[in-house]
Amino acid sequence: MFDTLSDRLSTVFRSLSGRGRLSRDDVETGMREVRLALLEADVNFKVARAFVDRVKERCLGADVLESLTPGQQIVKIVNDELVALLGGEQRRLRYQSQPPTVILLVGLQGSGKTTTCAKLALATRREGHRPLMVAADTHRPAAPEQLERLGKDNQIPVAMPDGKRKPPELCRRGLEEARRLNCDVVILDTAGRLQIDPVMIAELKQIRTRVTIHDTLLVVDAMTGQEAVNVARAFDEEVGVDGVVLTKLDGDARGGAALSMKEAIGKPIVYTGVGEKVSELEPFQPERMASRILGMGDVLTLVERAQAHIDQKQAEAAAQKLLSGRFTMDDWVEQMRQLRSMGPLEGILGMLPGGRQMVRQAGAAMPTEKDLSRLEAIVLSMTPQERSHPEVLKGSRRRRIALGSGTTVADVNRLLKGFDQMQTMMKALGGRGGVKGVRGRARMLRQLQGLDPSQLGLPVR
Amino acid sequence: MTEEAVPEPHREAWWRRMSGRLGRASAGFGALIRSTLLRRKLDDEFYDDLLEALIAADCGVATSEALLERLRARVRAEHIHEPERALLALKEEMLRVFATRDRRLRLDARPAVVVMVGVNGSGKTTTIGKLAHRLRGEGRSCLVAAADTFRAAAVDQMRIWAARSGADVVAHQPGGDPGAVVFDALQAAVARRSDCVLVDTAGRLHTKTNLMAELVKVRNVIRRVIPEAPHETLLVIEAPTGMNAIAQARVFHEALALTGIVLTKLDGTSKGGTVLAIEEELGVPVKLVGLGEGIDDLNVFDPGAYLDALFAGVGEAPQPE
Ligand SMILES: Nc1nc2c(ncn2[C@@H]2O[C@H](COP(=O)(O)OP(=O)(O)O)[C@@H](O)[C@H]2O)c(=O)[nH]1
Ligand SMILES: [Mg+2]
Repeated sequence: MFDTLSDRLSTVFRSLSGRGRLSRDDVETGMREVRLALLEADVNFKVARAFVDRVKERCLGADVLESLTPGQQIVKIVNDELVALLGGEQRRLRYQSQPPTVILLVGLQGSGKTTTCAKLALATRREGHRPLMVAADTHRPAAPEQLERLGKDNQIPVAMPDGKRKPPELCRRGLEEARRLNCDVVILDTAGRLQIDPVMIAELKQIRTRVTIHDTLLVVDAMTGQEAVNVARAFDEEVGVDGVVLTKLDGDARGGAALSMKEAIGKPIVYTGVGEKVSELEPFQPERMASRILGMGDVLTLVERAQAHIDQKQAEAAAQKLLSGRFTMDDWVEQMRQLRSMGPLEGILGMLPGGRQMVRQAGAAMPTEKDLSRLEAIVLSMTPQERSHPEVLKGSRRRRIALGSGTTVADVNRLLKGFDQMQTMMKALGGRGGVKGVRGRARMLRQLQGLDPSQLGLPVR
Repeated sequence: MTEEAVPEPHREAWWRRMSGRLGRASAGFGALIRSTLLRRKLDDEFYDDLLEALIAADCGVATSEALLERLRARVRAEHIHEPERALLALKEEMLRVFATRDRRLRLDARPAVVVMVGVNGSGKTTTIGKLAHRLRGEGRSCLVAAADTFRAAAVDQMRIWAARSGADVVAHQPGGDPGAVVFDALQAAVARRSDCVLVDTAGRLHTKTNLMAELVKVRNVIRRVIPEAPHETLLVIEAPTGMNAIAQARVFHEALALTGIVLTKLDGTSKGGTVLAIEEELGVPVKLVGLGEGIDDLNVFDPGAYLDALFAGVGEAPQPE
């Protein structure tokens, strides 16, 4: 997610940091672009306006423009303000010392409350708790059955409605059930409702008077547009909201809702839903999200993952070679092995700046693990000399390699052509400077954004 | 609902409900739009206010700017000076985006096959329930293919809706193959000489290529049984969705050649302005709108009434209530 926003922002930042000196007009123009980028990403128009005003004020004051690197300072200001907009610090569920901890889920219809209920229950269980879910949505057809199913599949007890009892009463009984079963966390799943529906809002208030709630979480669909702010405000005013769960973040939503929540109601995003499976819930990390939006990719995550799998020195040496154009097929196979040990290629690329776009553009053409194995087989069928001097590979040798690797000559041809293109390109990139240190690596990552995976020399069908 | 685009009594009721409900949003489009009436001149600030109003209605930066560009041209050409007249011109420009598209459901074949697709929670199952009710009211027999085999209890939900509307259901075990459900449903529909087959599918984000491929497979299964089908492939979008709706429409359209959009949850405070961009860019017409959770809360989309509701209180637009 956030791709389009980060793409647009990086364009603005490139033009700002590309110049030595900046005038007030430059800042004005840049900030107008930032505002439009935010609006296109569904950030509420009032939030966008306030954000840009704050950034502008900071940019024009405090000697920013007189500094040696005004562009970079502006990027930093935007980053700081984005982190603030996203909620500053990470927050956890409010577990009570006196159990049970009662969590209430509220939100519009179809925002994802029931799925989130099961996901949260699992998350609390991972943290050593014993959750119980209360099916208090008596409104939508088969909503209790949905929760019951999720409970059964994951061995989480569910308090089901019985007879004509109303949701507030169901919640109260759910608490009793939790005490009986010795559960220390109770999650209340309620019906989806419009924030302007007086009867349904009254029902939530009744739940609040009937049971003590410790954490009221508003479940918001990440794809929500301009109204997200009004919805959140109304729920907060009417029933009181302590935090937000942002769902369906695994799509390509541009995250306007994420950026607008804190400003709208002053409450942080606690969790994000990143898939339909009950395990796909992640604690929300504002700083990471901010750097992702700014187009730096989730470099932190990538570096962490890479450190677990890749020998850092080897990787740097390979990167050096890569950019110098002295990158042999052996190096390349080594890189592929390491990449593969980190997980599926899409996931890795997705964490690089612009990587998601690459994955998207490549679409079906994205090499699969199988393609990569084939590739490896081809290269391994070459002699060491052939690997370091691929120019010696003529027709008969190519046939031999194809035979040896169980591929076709066409596959081998494609690979060689791609490898050649990549080397040329890398040489061109590398010519602009080395890759030493963090800066160098960051630059290399940035340069890699421009690449089309089909040019990486992978034999893709 | 197939013959006449909008029967008068429906239109009347729908418009009143739309404007009544849209009017509830205090900081909504209507209020923002009316506030521009207070400006005396058609200066940059007037256009800035309009831009914000359009964006607040989820029309998006690109579409809104394009609309205002056209408005500026008209204001110059027609020597418009008053905000009120400018707003009416804007409304006309918006109406033009919607203009001349056939919004009738194509249900003449027997059985007519309607496939409902969309992201998770947008309102597919509910819309099928309402649509079945409506078609039953027109004397058509309906059979529902409960092809959401993925989400827990989705089949139970579909069964309850079908029972409410008096439609038959064909369903398999949860976790089964949606293609197989649809195949059985079509065979049953042909055997029973049903008038309409409504296919409920599992919600999916348009970015999941494997799930989109699954939908194409379902479509191919349908074509194997009835080559001209599906007669309607409707994308269900909920009004609260922002710019992502356009991405959804684009990808679903590429994969399935959509015949229409259903815009649900218009009873909330969202205006669903994304459909403007969708119609302009993709030419896919909004055919139905969802105005609540009740079985009768489904209507034919009427662009004029929609814009009347948005612009309520401006110029000749009739007042709500
Ligand atoms: N207010 C309102 N709620 C709706 C409308 N259409 C559907 N819903 C609700 O949205 C939620 C999700 O609907 P459902 O049909 O299950 O969505 P699906 O996942 O696309 O099948 C349910 O709670 C429905 O009652 C509508 O037009 N207005
Ligand atoms: Mg459904």
